[in-house]
Amino acid sequence: MAENTAVTYENCQVLTFILADEVYGVDIMSVREVMDYTNVTKVPQTPDYMVGVINLRGNVVPVLDLRCKFGMGKTVKTVNTCVIIVEVSIEDETTILGALADSVQEVVDFEGANIESAPKMGTQLNTAFIKGMAKKGDGFVIILNIDEVFATEDVAGLTGQKSAEKEKPTF
Amino acid sequence: MSADIHSEAFIQEAQELLQELEASLLELEDDSENTELIARIFRAMHTIKGSGAMFGFENIAHFVHDIETAYDMVRNGELRVSKPMLDYSFKSCDVIKQMLDDSSVRAESGEALEIITFFRGCRKDTGDAQNTVPEHQDEPEQGPERTYRIRFEPSENIFLTGTNPAMLLEELQAMGESEIITHITRIPEIEELDPECCYTFWDVILTTSKTENDIRDVFMFVEDESVLKIDVIYESGLDEENYRKLGEILVEKGEVSAEDLAAIIKEKKMIGEMLIEKGLVEQDAVVSALEEQKYIKNLKAKKAAAENNTSLRVPSEKLDSLVDLVGELVTVQARLNQTAASMGDSGLSKIAEDVERLVWELRDNTMSIRMLQIGTTFSKYKRLVRDLAKDLGKDIELVTKGEETELDKTVIEKLGDPLVHLVRNSVDHGIELPADRIAAGKSPRGKITLSAEHSGDSVLIRITDDGKGLDKKVLMKKAAEKGLISENAELSSKEAFELIFLPGFSTAAAVSNISGRGVGMDVVKRNIEALRGTIEIDSSIGKGTEITLKLPLTLAIIDGLLVRIGEQFFIIPLSMVNECIEFKESLHRTESGRCILKVRDDLIPYLKLRSIFFIPEEEPEIQQIVILDIENNRIGFVVDSVIGDHQTVIKSLGKSFKKVECISGASVLGDGSIALIIDVMKIYNSVG
Repeated sequence: MAENTAVTYENCQVLTFILADEVYGVDIMSVREVMDYTNVTKVPQTPDYMVGVINLRGNVVPVLDLRCKFGMGKTVKTVNTCVIIVEVSIEDETTILGALADSVQEVVDFEGANIESAPKMGTQLNTAFIKGMAKKGDGFVIILNIDEVFATEDVAGLTGQKSAEKEKPTF
Repeated sequence: MSADIHSEAFIQEAQELLQELEASLLELEDDSENTELIARIFRAMHTIKGSGAMFGFENIAHFVHDIETAYDMVRNGELRVSKPMLDYSFKSCDVIKQMLDDSSVRAESGEALEIITFFRGCRKDTGDAQNTVPEHQDEPEQGPERTYRIRFEPSENIFLTGTNPAMLLEELQAMGESEIITHITRIPEIEELDPECCYTFWDVILTTSKTENDIRDVFMFVEDESVLKIDVIYESGLDEENYRKLGEILVEKGEVSAEDLAAIIKEKKMIGEMLIEKGLVEQDAVVSALEEQKYIKNLKAKKAAAENNTSLRVPSEKLDSLVDLVGELVTVQARLNQTAASMGDSGLSKIAEDVERLVWELRDNTMSIRMLQIGTTFSKYKRLVRDLAKDLGKDIELVTKGEETELDKTVIEKLGDPLVHLVRNSVDHGIELPADRIAAGKSPRGKITLSAEHSGDSVLIRITDDGKGLDKKVLMKKAAEKGLISENAELSSKEAFELIFLPGFSTAAAVSNISGRGVGMDVVKRNIEALRGTIEIDSSIGKGTEITLKLPLTLAIIDGLLVRIGEQFFIIPLSMVNECIEFKESLHRTESGRCILKVRDDLIPYLKLRSIFFIPEEEPEIQQIVILDIENNRIGFVVDSVIGDHQTVIKSLGKSFKKVECISGASVLGDGSIALIIDVMKIYNSVG
C-alpha cells in the first residue's frame, strides 16, 4: 500500500493514547506534557467539543474533547482521563492547547517503513486529520496530524452557533 | 544580519530625535532667541547626520549636513532664525522621515533639494547680514554656574534698622537653587533673650550663574554691620571625584583648626560626632557642613542625570513577558496567602505577608515601567494643528496640559489614531475662520486644549476647543436626512451629540481632505471602547466643544468583582459596578413579565447572565443582582452570588476563542481555578 502513495515516512516517536477503545498517537515533538484531568472551566457560546479552559501554571489553555470532535460521543471522565498538552501552529502562530484522552499509554518508536498512509475509507475520521497508520503488534496506531486537527477554521473559527440559534437575550 | 539590527536601532533613534526636533522647532517658533533651543536643534541634527553616515544612510547625512551648518551659524550668532527657515526646517523633518522609510529618496531631488538650496542660501546671505546679527550680545553676560557658600551673620541690632533678614535670604533664593541652614546656637536662654535682637545666623549654599558681586549687592545695606563671607565651593567644569570631606569643610570655614581635626581623625569615628563630643564645634556647625556636603552631592548627581539621561532600550516583548510573570506571581501569592491562613502557622504567615508586600511592590514597579508619559504623543499634535491650521487659513493655538500624566504603553499606542481624528475634527469643524471669530466677538486666534489628568483608576483626556460648538438642530436635521433617526424624534442635547458617533454621519457641508467623510467618529468610538474606555461630548453653541475620553490606566491588571453562577466564577470590571442588591424573582417580576427591577424609584432593566451563558443548573431562590453603570444607563446582571473584590490579572483566551463575544478574557483565581471576565459592553450592545 505504501508504494501507492508518494509519501514516505521518517522514523518517529509517538505518544500513544486511547480514544473510545482505539489507539491513537501524536508525534512527541508536539507534546508538551501530559497532566491529569483537572477542573475545566466551560466558556459560554462554544460548541460541545470545546471543553473549556484550564489553568496551566498561570496560563489559560483551551481544552478540546477529541472524542466529541471526532464524533465518538463525549468523553466520560474516569480516573484515567488525561489532558495532553500540545503545541500546534494555528495561522503560523504557536499555540498551546489541551486534548482530552481516555487514557495515555506509552511512547513508541516507529520506523518510517512501518507507517502507512491513511486508507481513504473505513475510518470514522476525516483523513486530513490522519498523518499515518503504524503497525503495532496485532493492531494499528492512528497517528494524528495534530496541526490539522486543531486547524484554523474548525477551532479558531468557532462561532457561537449555539447562541445564534437561540433567541437573542432581551430585557 | 547584525547590520540590520543596527540600522533598525538607528531608525528608532532617529525617529525619537525627529520628535524632539519638532518639539524644539515649535518652541523656537514662539521664542526665536532661545539659545538653548537652538543648541538642542543643532545637536539633534548633528546626531542624525553622524549616526546616519555610520549606518549607511548617506542620503540622510548628506541632506542634514547643510541644515546642520545653518543651525550651527545660528548657534554662533551669525544667522538669525527666520519664519521661512522654520518652515523649511519642518519640511526637512518630513523629508528625513521619508528617507528613513525609503532609502531610495535622494537628497538631490524634489523637496529635499529645495530645502538644501534654501539653507545654502541662508549661509551666503550672512555675509551681508552681519549687521543684523544679534543684539542680544548687549545683554548681560551670563557667567558659568557656580555654587557659593554664603555665611551671613547679621549684627544683633539688624532689626533696629528695619531690615528683615528673611527678605534678604528670599532674594538669594530667587537667584538660583539654594539650601539655607539656620544656626541657632547663639540664642540665649529665655530670661536673657532680648526680642529685639537677632541671634541667629545663616549659611546659604547657592547655585547660580550670578557673580559674587551680584550676591554682595543683596546685602548692600547691611554688609557694613554684618559678617558676610562668600566662597565659591563648586564650579561647573571643575570636577573633583569627591567633594571635600566633612572635616575639610569645617576647617575651611574656620569652625575647627586643622590640628584638632588631625587629632580627631586618628580616633576613627564618625567625624562629626567626634567633634561635637569633644566640644570643638557646635552641633549646628556640623549639621551645616553636612548639609553642604549633601547639597553638592545632589547637585552633581542631578548634573550627571541631566547630562546622561540614562535609559535603556528594551524590546517591548520582554516587558510583556515580565508583566505576565508578575501576573502569575500575584496569583501564586494569593494561593500562598490562602494556604498560610488555613495552616495557621505564624511563621509561615509572616513569610506570606513579606512575600505579599514584595509582590505588590514588584507589581507596581513592573507596571510603572510600562507607563509612559502622554506628553510624548502630545507634541505630535502640535505639528498637526500647526500644519492643518495653515492649510485651512485658520489661526489656532494648541495648548497641552498634563503631559506628565502616565498611561500604559499599549493604551498610548492605541490612542494615537483616535486622538488624531478628534484633534483634526476640532481644527476643521470646531474652530471658525478668523473673520467669523471676530464677527462672533471672539479673539481671532482659536484655542484647542489637549489635557490629560488622573481620575481614580482611569485617565481623563480632554480635547477642548473654543470654536462654534455643536448645534443640536443641525445634528438632528442631518441625522433625519440620512435616515438615522425619525423626522420627529425627540432627543436631549446629549443624545443629539451622540449622533456624531453613528457610522456615516458627517455635518461638514463640504467634504474637505482633512475630515468630513464621516468615517471618523464611529471608528474613534470603537477604538476607545476596545481600550475599555468611554467617550463623552459636551458642547454649547458659540462657546466650543469638549470631548472627554476616559481610559483605564492599564490593560494588564484591573479591579474586578468576582461573582458566581452555578459552579462557575465570573469577573465584572469593578469600575462599572454601581451596587449589588439581593434579588428574589418571585418578588420582583412585574405583571407584564418584563425583566425590570424597581430600585429606589428607578426602573432598571436586568439580564440573567445564567441564560446568556447557557448555564444549565437550577437558579437558587435568592440571587444577587449587580447593577452596572454603562454610559449613564443602569442595567442589572443577575448572578447567584457576589464573592467580592478581586485583583484581576487579565489573560487572553487566545485565538481559539476569538469569536466568543461576551467574554473578554480570563483570570486565574487564588485556588488555581479560572474565572472568565465578562465583556459588559459587548453584552450591553448586543441587547441594545
